[in-house]
Amino acid sequence: MVRLSETTTETPALPGDGLRERIVGQVRDVIGDGLVDSLVKPGDDVWLRVRTDAWRAAGMALRDAVGCDYFCFLSAIDWMPSPYGRGEDDPTEPPPERDDTIRQGYTGGETRLQVFARVYSIDEHVGVTVKADVPDDDPVVDSWLPVYAGANWHERETHEMFGIRFAGHPDLRNIYLPTDFEGHPLRKDFPLIARMVKPWPGIVDVEPLPGDGEGEGSDD
Amino acid sequence: MTDLLDRQKLSYIAAQAADARLNVELETEGMTLNIGPQHPATHGTLRIIVRLDGEQVVWAEPSAGYMHRGYEKLTEVRTFPQVTTLVNRIDWLGSFANEVPFILAAEKLMEIEAPPRAQWIRTILFELSRIANVSLFLGDLGVQMGAITPVFLAFRDREYVLNLIESATGGRFHPNFDRIGGLKDDLPKGWIDETRQVMKKLRNFCDEIEDLLFGNEIFQSRTRGIGVIPREVALQYGLSGANLRASGVDWDLRRDQSLPLAYDQIDWKVWTHPDGDSFARCWMRLQETREATLIVDRLLDGIPSGPIMAKVPRIIKVPEGEAWVSTENPLGEMGYYVVSKGDLGPFRVKIRSASFNNISIVPWVLRGVYVPDVITILASLYFILGDIDR
Repeated sequence: MVRLSETTTETPALPGDGLRERIVGQVRDVIGDGLVDSLVKPGDDVWLRVRTDAWRAAGMALRDAVGCDYFCFLSAIDWMPSPYGRGEDDPTEPPPERDDTIRQGYTGGETRLQVFARVYSIDEHVGVTVKADVPDDDPVVDSWLPVYAGANWHERETHEMFGIRFAGHPDLRNIYLPTDFEGHPLRKDFPLIARMVKPWPGIVDVEPLPGDGEGEGSDD
Repeated sequence: MTDLLDRQKLSYIAAQAADARLNVELETEGMTLNIGPQHPATHGTLRIIVRLDGEQVVWAEPSAGYMHRGYEKLTEVRTFPQVTTLVNRIDWLGSFANEVPFILAAEKLMEIEAPPRAQWIRTILFELSRIANVSLFLGDLGVQMGAITPVFLAFRDREYVLNLIESATGGRFHPNFDRIGGLKDDLPKGWIDETRQVMKKLRNFCDEIEDLLFGNEIFQSRTRGIGVIPREVALQYGLSGANLRASGVDWDLRRDQSLPLAYDQIDWKVWTHPDGDSFARCWMRLQETREATLIVDRLLDGIPSGPIMAKVPRIIKVPEGEAWVSTENPLGEMGYYVVSKGDLGPFRVKIRSASFNNISIVPWVLRGVYVPDVITILASLYFILGDIDR
């Protein structure tokens, strides 16, 4: 039976170890030691980390050399553990000790903030996540606007939420927040005010879960 | 497509020439017009500032943020199972579809998979939310152009779908039914037969809308060749869903990636349209609604038996790692980049919603169009405010 939902274009081996390894190689060919680290999960996904100054070159390489024509998103991660935990502290108690070491995720990193973006190759049915460190003292990276026009709003959002500036972006106005808003809400040291003005009810109003008597999570 | 672009350009040049003749002595003055925040065409509270020269838009800028709820921040103080309650409210017309990619991302990190029956029911509910969502678009489309009848038909027939979702999940708008490892409940008795009936009704609804709207001369003249988005531009801006396929890109995440959903088990068709104009986008959604009813019918024929919940620990801790899962939601590609640190809750969730990208093309596509076309182009791009603002 010929299925209509089957693609007419040939997909080069979707469980794509070779496919994804090739992408890493193609990017390395273009930007050389601008590519710091990479991680391939066979048949699943690929992560690249590039040097900050190679951020735009990496975008160009992905677009032109690899053929990733579809822009998915661009954002940032703040790897610092939140000093407020999960906002569930009892305000009458002294704040608990917390581990504040910064541990980056896949492909590592050296800085607290990282920008990351995802692009797809429509022809080859494969997506790539690319990351870059953002200097702590002066959070600036090159804008991806010359690479993907769609990065415009994503960079504006990242700017207001993380305070990362994008060199070459013409208009980093806020999208969501009022113009005179102070602070960058998605940074981990920005407190979630709703949890600050009123203590989390979970700390006083704890109901035992059904079956709690026999020890929690018998199978974990 | 180049033909259409040329045709659009030519018609505008002709109109400009006519304007120029009329305005020999009447110099037009630039004018700024606010569309919204509370205009029926804005589906919520999106404000679009357009600068006009006569009847033509020279500059347009959407101003979002009236409904920003900070879900990305809130997920950081929730446990994994609690997050579905939040993300339900992103695209409120197709709520169930918002839960699925997040749950799939969590399952990917935990390296578990829902049992086959749960996967099939998930897929069915996913398509039902697509029908509930897009049928309202089809009705609303008429209202934007002055036709009142379709919206009544849409609300009538969408009700059947919402009743189905309610009887299966208990919630009409916000099911919160998807669980890590499976689903909350099995389907109620008699649900399958009822769904078959409803799918017939929905196909009739699609036929009615096609007769009423798509064959209508006024509708065609207001959408054909208007707001053309070429393939390359659509890809650059990350348009997704029907908007992308209406520009001739054969890309559907239901087909083009392997996810533990039942789409690869049945036969269905991905529609595309080469034109990239407003008409193509509307037509795409009509075909997709019809296709979704067929998908549901075929899935109903083959639901496997078995459990609906995999074995998961009662207190869910997700191992350290990063995962990206996106699905083809009613509005387009909806995805979550989930970072876990092995805790009860996620460390960071990046929510990639379809409308944010779909609406970021507005400044590009509105440049040079006429004021009445602004409304039809916005309607055909189809956005939901919760999906832009998150």
